[in-house]
Amino acid sequence: MNTRLQVLKVIDSELARIAQEPYYEPVGDEVALFEAAYAARVPVLLKGPTGSGKTRFVEHMAWRLARPLVTVACHDDLTASDLVGRYLIVGDETVWVDGPLARAVRAGAFCYLDEIVEARKDTTVVIHPLADSRRALPMEKRGELLHAGPEFMLILSYNPGYQSVLKELKASTRQRFVAIEFAYPAPDLEARIVAKESGIDRAAAERLVQLAGLTRNLKGSGLDEGASTRLLVHAAGLMVRGVAPHTACRGAIVAALSDEPEMLAALDELANAVF
Amino acid sequence: MAAGAGVPLAEVARFLELVLRGLAGRALRVEASSETYTDTETLFLPERAADRRLYTAIAVHLWAQTRYGTFNADLPLDARTLAWLNLLEALRLEACLGRALPGLARLLAAVRGPLAPALAGAGAALERPGARVTDSIRLAHELAAGEPPPPFPHLGSLRPERVQTVRAARVEKERAALARELAQLREAHAAGRSGAAEVDPAPAIGIDASFESLQFRLDVDGEIVRPPERVAALVRSIVQDLGEVPPEYLAGAAPGRYAADAEPAAAAGEDAAAEDGTGDGFRYDEWDFRRRAYRRDWCVAYEREIPRGDPAFVAGVRRQYAGEIARLRRRFEALRGETRIARREHDGDELDFDAVVDAHVDRRTGFEPSGRLYALRRRTERDIAVVFMVDMSGSTMGWINECERTALVMLCEALEALGDRYAIYGFSGWGAKRCEIYRIKRFDERYAEAVRGRIAGVQAKDYTRMGAAIRHLSQLLNGVEAKTRILFALSDGKPDDYVDGYRGRYGIEDTRQALIEARAGGIHPFCVTIDEAARDYLPHMYGQASWIVLDDVRKLPLKAADAYRRLTS
Repeated sequence: MNTRLQVLKVIDSELARIAQEPYYEPVGDEVALFEAAYAARVPVLLKGPTGSGKTRFVEHMAWRLARPLVTVACHDDLTASDLVGRYLIVGDETVWVDGPLARAVRAGAFCYLDEIVEARKDTTVVIHPLADSRRALPMEKRGELLHAGPEFMLILSYNPGYQSVLKELKASTRQRFVAIEFAYPAPDLEARIVAKESGIDRAAAERLVQLAGLTRNLKGSGLDEGASTRLLVHAAGLMVRGVAPHTACRGAIVAALSDEPEMLAALDELANAVF
Repeated sequence: MAAGAGVPLAEVARFLELVLRGLAGRALRVEASSETYTDTETLFLPERAADRRLYTAIAVHLWAQTRYGTFNADLPLDARTLAWLNLLEALRLEACLGRALPGLARLLAAVRGPLAPALAGAGAALERPGARVTDSIRLAHELAAGEPPPPFPHLGSLRPERVQTVRAARVEKERAALARELAQLREAHAAGRSGAAEVDPAPAIGIDASFESLQFRLDVDGEIVRPPERVAALVRSIVQDLGEVPPEYLAGAAPGRYAADAEPAAAAGEDAAAEDGTGDGFRYDEWDFRRRAYRRDWCVAYEREIPRGDPAFVAGVRRQYAGEIARLRRRFEALRGETRIARREHDGDELDFDAVVDAHVDRRTGFEPSGRLYALRRRTERDIAVVFMVDMSGSTMGWINECERTALVMLCEALEALGDRYAIYGFSGWGAKRCEIYRIKRFDERYAEAVRGRIAGVQAKDYTRMGAAIRHLSQLLNGVEAKTRILFALSDGKPDDYVDGYRGRYGIEDTRQALIEARAGGIHPFCVTIDEAARDYLPHMYGQASWIVLDDVRKLPLKAADAYRRLTS
C-alpha cells in the first residue's frame, strides 16, 4: 500500500512539463518516426537492450512535443487497477484516485510503461483499447469509459533479449504499436554521448566505448548483454571525479556485468587493456 | 619447466577464451600442445606456464598475430629468417597494441624485458603506424645473416604452412558468405525502391573499412546502411585477413543466389520415392525452399523404442555430479517455491486491504459487498510442458553422445525438483522415408528404472533430418494441456541427411519452416548446440534469443539445465 501511495505522489509531481531539454543524440530517424506516430495518434513500442537510451528518448520527445510525461516502471505485481486507479478510504468516505494511466489520459500526457513484459497479463485489458483506434480507457469500477484526447500518447518499452518464454510480448499487443528499435550507437556517436553526458574528455570517452565493444563481443559467451551506454556514463562520471580509469571501470562496468569469477577476471583484463 | 610447477592450462583456459573473444570478436579456440603457435583459428598453448600473466601474454601475442596481419603475406620458410621475423613482428605488434590497447602493450613489454641491441635499432622502423608485416619480412631478410637473439619468454613459433590451409578455407567461406549477405541487402534495397526493379541496375554497395580500428561504413547507392551484426562481424573478419574488403567482393551477383555447394543434389526419382511402401509411420510434409512449396506427406516418421543401456550409467552420473545435482535441485526448487500473494480469497493469512476498501465502498454505495477479503500466500503455479529433442545423429558419436546422456540425467533430476511435465525423445534418420523418433520418456512416464535405462541407451545413429522430428514432436506437444509449451532441442550441428540431399540450405530452410509451424501452434522452440558455426544459421532458424551455443561440449550437462531454468523464469 505504502509503495502505491508513493507512486501516486511521484506522479503528481511528474505531471508537470519537462522544463529543460533532456540531452539526446538521435541514432537514426527515430525522432521523425516518433513525431509522425504522434501526429497519426498511433502508440509506440521501443525495443532494445537496457541502457541504450529508451527512457531518455521518451523524456526528450515529451519535452520536444511539450507534453507532460508519466513514467511507470512495470514489475511483476503491477495490475490493471494499479494503472487505472482505485477507491481509497479517506476519513469515513470513499475517494476515487486515478492511477497513472488514467491521469495521463485525462491530462493529455505521454504515458511510458517501461519494461511492459514484467507487468501482470491483465494489464493488456486496459492497454489494448487505448492502443487501437478506440483510444479509450475502460474504468470498470467506476463504470466509466475515459476517452483519450489527441495529445495523449502511449509508449511501451521492452527488451527482446531476454531468453525467458514467459517474458515475450504477445503478437496481439505488439501489433498495435509502431516499433522503434534501439541499438547501441555507432562508436563515434557513443563517444560523443559519453563525453557530453559525463563531462569527460573525448579521448577517455573513446577508450570507454572501445571497452564497451570488447565486452559486447562476449554477449552469448557468458554475458547476457555487453556494457551499455549507461554503464559507460557511470564509469566516466567516476573518472571525472578523480577515480583512476581502471578502478572506475572495475566498479562501474566489470562488476556490474557479471558475478562469475572467470568472467570477472577476463573483463578486468579487458578494462586493463584499453587504458 | 619442472612438471607440476606453475599453472596448468585447464585452470586458465576459460579466462583466456573470454579475453580472446572480447578482443577478437571472432571465435578463437585454445588447445594444449607441445608447440606454441596459432593457425589463426586455434591458439596452441603450452600445457603449463609459470603464471597466469605469462599465459595472458602468450595468448594476447598469438591473437595479435591474427589481428594485425602477421600472416597476410607470404612468410619466408627458412628457420633463421623466420626466427628473426618472429622477433621483429613481436615489436611491430607491440607497437600496434600500444596504440589500440596500451594496457596489453605494457604487459607484453614487461614480460619480454629489455631488448637485445640488434633488435633495438630495427624496432624503430616497425613502430610507425603504417608498418606492415612486409616491412618486418624485409628487415628479417636483411638481418638473417646474423644469429638471431634468444626469443622472448612469450613467443611461440611461426608456422606459416599450418596457417595457410586454415586461412584459405576461411577466406573462401567468408567471401561466399558476404556475397550471400550482400545479395540479400541488394534485394531488400531494390524491393524498397519505387519503380520496376527489373529495369533498374542492381544497387551498388560500397564498404569503406579501416584495418586499424576495424570500423567500417557500408553504403547502398550512396546511402549509409547499418548492417546486421552478423554482417558486421563478417566484414571485420575479412578486413583482419585481407586488410580491406576487396572490390571484387562487392560486385553484384544475382540476388539471393546461394553458393552452389550448399544446394542439395536434385533428388532423383522424387515422385517414385513417394510411392514406396512405407507402412504405418506418421507422414509429414517437408518444405522445399526452391519451389516455395511443401512436398506433401514427404517424410515418414516412426516412433521406436530405445533399447535399454547399462543401468550403471545413470547411477554413475548421479554419483559423479552429486554436488552439481544437489545445487541444481536447490536452484530449481527455489524456482518452484516462488510464492505469490493471491488476493481476494475467502480465507487467508491476512486481510486484503484493497478488498476491504472495495467492500466498504460497495456497502456505502448500496451494492452487496463481496466476502472475499483475504490475501493468501501461495506458490506460483507453473503450467509448463516441455519436450526435449535429442540429436542422435552419427556425428554425436563418442564424447558428444556421452555429454548428451549426462545432460539428460541432469535435466531429469532438475525437472523432478521443479515438477514441470516433460518428455524426452531422440531423433535420427536415413532419408525421408525413415525418420526415426526414439521414445526415451513419455509425458506420463515416471523418471524411474525404465527411463534411466533408456537414457543410458541413447546412441549415435544415422543422419539429422530435423524437420520431421520437429513436426512430430510439435504434434505430440500440442496434445498436452499446458499454458506454456516448449520444444527444447539439444543438437550438435546443422540439419543434415546425406541420403537424399537434405543438407545445406535445403535442410536449414525446412527446419526453419517446421519451427515456424511449431510457433504458430503456440510452441516456444529453443536450441542448445555445440556447433561453433551455429551462429551463422541458428538466428535464421530459431530467431533472436532462442538459442545458445556452447564452446565446449563438456559444459552441455550443466548449461542445458541452466538454459532451461532461465527460459522458464
